[in-house]
Amino acid sequence: MKKEKTPLIRQDGFQTLLSSLVCVLGGLIIGYIVLLLIEPSGAFGAITAIMKSFFRYPGKMMLKYFGQTLVRTVPLLMCSLSVLFAYKVGMFNIGVAGQYVAGACGCLYAALAWKLPWLPCLLIGMVAAGLLGAISGLLKTKCNVNVVISGIMLNWITLYLTNLILGKVKSPNSPYTLELRGNNPGALLPRMGLDKLFNNEKSVTIAIPLAVIIAVAIWFVLNKTKFGYELKATGHNYHAARYAGMKENWNIIVTMFIAGALAGLGAGMLFLTGIENWETTTSSVPAMGFNGIAVAFLGGLSPIGSILSSFFIQYITFGGGNVDLQVYSSQISSLISSLIIYLCAFVGFFKFFIQGRIRKKDEKLAAGAAEKREGGDAK
Amino acid sequence: MNSTPYAIEMLNITKRFPGIVANDNVTIQLKHGEIHALLGENGAGKSTLMSVLFGMYQAEEGVIKKNGEVVKINSPNDANDLGIGMVHQHFKMVECFSVLDNIILGVEDTKYGFLQRDKAREKVMALSERYGLKVDPDAIIEDISVGMQQRTEILKMLYRDNEILIFDEPTAVLTPQEIEELLQIMRNLAAEGKSILFITHKLNEIMAVADRCSVLRKGKYMGTVDVKDCDRAQLSRMMVGRDVEFAVQKDPAKPTDVVLEVKDLCMASKRGKRNSVNGVSFQVRAGEIVCIAGIEGNGQSELVYGITGLEDVLSGSVTFCGQDITNAPIRKRSLMGMSHIPEDRHKHGLVLDYTLEDNMVLQRYFEPEFTTKSGILRRGNIRTYAEQLIEQFDVRSGQGPITMTRSMSGGNQQRAIISREIGRDPKLLIAVQPTRGIDVGAIEYIHKQIVAQRDAGKAVLLVSLELDEVMTVSDRILVMYEGEIVGELDPKTSTVEELGLYMAGAKKEGAQ
Repeated sequence: MKKEKTPLIRQDGFQTLLSSLVCVLGGLIIGYIVLLLIEPSGAFGAITAIMKSFFRYPGKMMLKYFGQTLVRTVPLLMCSLSVLFAYKVGMFNIGVAGQYVAGACGCLYAALAWKLPWLPCLLIGMVAAGLLGAISGLLKTKCNVNVVISGIMLNWITLYLTNLILGKVKSPNSPYTLELRGNNPGALLPRMGLDKLFNNEKSVTIAIPLAVIIAVAIWFVLNKTKFGYELKATGHNYHAARYAGMKENWNIIVTMFIAGALAGLGAGMLFLTGIENWETTTSSVPAMGFNGIAVAFLGGLSPIGSILSSFFIQYITFGGGNVDLQVYSSQISSLISSLIIYLCAFVGFFKFFIQGRIRKKDEKLAAGAAEKREGGDAK
Repeated sequence: MNSTPYAIEMLNITKRFPGIVANDNVTIQLKHGEIHALLGENGAGKSTLMSVLFGMYQAEEGVIKKNGEVVKINSPNDANDLGIGMVHQHFKMVECFSVLDNIILGVEDTKYGFLQRDKAREKVMALSERYGLKVDPDAIIEDISVGMQQRTEILKMLYRDNEILIFDEPTAVLTPQEIEELLQIMRNLAAEGKSILFITHKLNEIMAVADRCSVLRKGKYMGTVDVKDCDRAQLSRMMVGRDVEFAVQKDPAKPTDVVLEVKDLCMASKRGKRNSVNGVSFQVRAGEIVCIAGIEGNGQSELVYGITGLEDVLSGSVTFCGQDITNAPIRKRSLMGMSHIPEDRHKHGLVLDYTLEDNMVLQRYFEPEFTTKSGILRRGNIRTYAEQLIEQFDVRSGQGPITMTRSMSGGNQQRAIISREIGRDPKLLIAVQPTRGIDVGAIEYIHKQIVAQRDAGKAVLLVSLELDEVMTVSDRILVMYEGEIVGELDPKTSTVEELGLYMAGAKKEGAQ
């Protein structure tokens, strides 16, 4: 086989990267315009605060905040992996938010009520979320209920169930669950010295490298294995998968289990660092899951792209926290990041646009080449 | 009133796509009141040319003239305004609307926002009488025969006062009797001054009805001939570029052991009420080609679903190589040596967003040759295997094994499926309409492959709607009508007419 080098612009990965960057830039510009409209005087300061994020702090503090950003990137990455994994098999896992909640519920209850060490806690959270995903899968295969519908309904069911369950392990004088550090330090994820790299930020744990490893593993499973081949075939063409003798319904349930487990693992990887506790009066499904959807698309539905995009989103979210609250209301950071996330939906559009331009160019070249040939052939 | 004898002219049309010239300096001139056939293999550029005429594509070179005047067609609406109408291969109708409503859909006459159905009905009935297009204006589309649906489509064009009528492979879904009727209708239309462009690759029909015939081959214009001055061999040579054998060369069958036995098979119908397959029994032996003939929708598809396991059977049994497989999983049937060329290559046959090589191992990817013990695909072996099949069966595609299947032409997609299914060295080959929508050259090839499988001692079950195919390829014919086998024929001793009568349900015998 002769191998020709494809020009960079024609490579799928590069096109995705380019369109993602265009979206990010577009989001920032629109965000800036919104800031200008609200209060022109503070706009520049605000947008630089967002873009500089933790870099605006001096050395040691910067490292600490960098670490915290990474800690919060982990669950986002896991949620986006959950979304893209299901997406590759043809399902839109909007239930990722509920699965994330189920994961939090499982691991926190195991840690606080049963006083289990971290690994079983993590696994219990994973399995709880996985089972929740599998319910969606089961409903899809047995009753042909759309995964989106069952996912949204299960999101709310899970949320209130979680508030109920975790209410048993909440601290007596606040709506939050008990501090892990004080009640069951064994359930905290091991740090293995990683915290030293980030100025002793205690929440930096093995979760961070583990998440990256999982992302790579997901990429490997989808692209290199028999299992991935079957799952993607089912996603692309359910009927052909059946024709080929694959267990198409089983594949769907397994996929949803794995997708749920990924989201649940993400929740465990956040809550078992002790950086956050569950608020048992939460009345809306946490945005983490939904943001996972945007991150997955911003990352071009590639596990490796998700690593970058989840970090980016967390980066600007942290930056948004630094906006001068004297000038803008506290929701402004959410507004800017949601603008960028919103623009992420256009990654596919820009990619299509780039490919269209390339095609046009090719057509022109083809026409030109044909004319030359005809000229030569003329007798 | 017209200074030119031509209703529509497409002069020196050239349309390029990256990598290929779809139409290379093609000229087609359609006279007033003539039936002009457009002949060409799949991928010859027929559809591109029609898309240019319909304003879906813009040609890089060449002009379109109507009645001698240059016109610009930028969208299908422009085409409509110029009186160009088309009967598509797959009808475009609202199934639950009446014939009349479908005809007026989009050009409804209204008064104060109310439909003027009576006026429309008058016009439709007048048209129907004038051209001999028998329809029941109040019947619901889903209840009427395919033939009547097609007549409705034709009326739709006439109702819009179209002068130039394009028929895109109109006979594919009809019985012999209906085909004869359609050809008569086309003659009537032409006699009334309509100009007809007839896209087909059935040479018999061109010989029967067309005045002139233009031939395309690989995007190039091969010329226009007067049909009365030429014969089938000549036309096919123009189309394919070599001599084509029409008769399938084969020796008498030497059937041996029973490979497939179907007993009292019943399949439930999706619509409820009647079973789609009702008590069907037959055997297929090694070394013979048994053909299930019948008009589309008489239970053939469901019968195959039952045998291959795509759908559950209601009752009865299927025995394959002595084993009862009535409820066996599809994978088991496949491993036992059942190959299946499915009716719908896009729905069942291929994962269109997979590469060609990935589709080539669709039922074999899990075998040790292609997957390691730890479940990792052996990409190298898959590539080698795909390249073998591609070469052996001459599957053509842009980038070989890594071509996206979706981007391949229909004929080559079909070749890919056939190569995959035959490449598995099956004991039983079930081929459902293996030549649907495929050109003459490829049909000849596919027929040869099927006969070769038989001669290699495989059992072949062929399901076909094409009468020529039924008559020439098979060793035994079973005719299905309304879910039952109504007759068994020997292709050597029966005629097409006889077959047609069975297919239409007019004749029936105590099936074996």
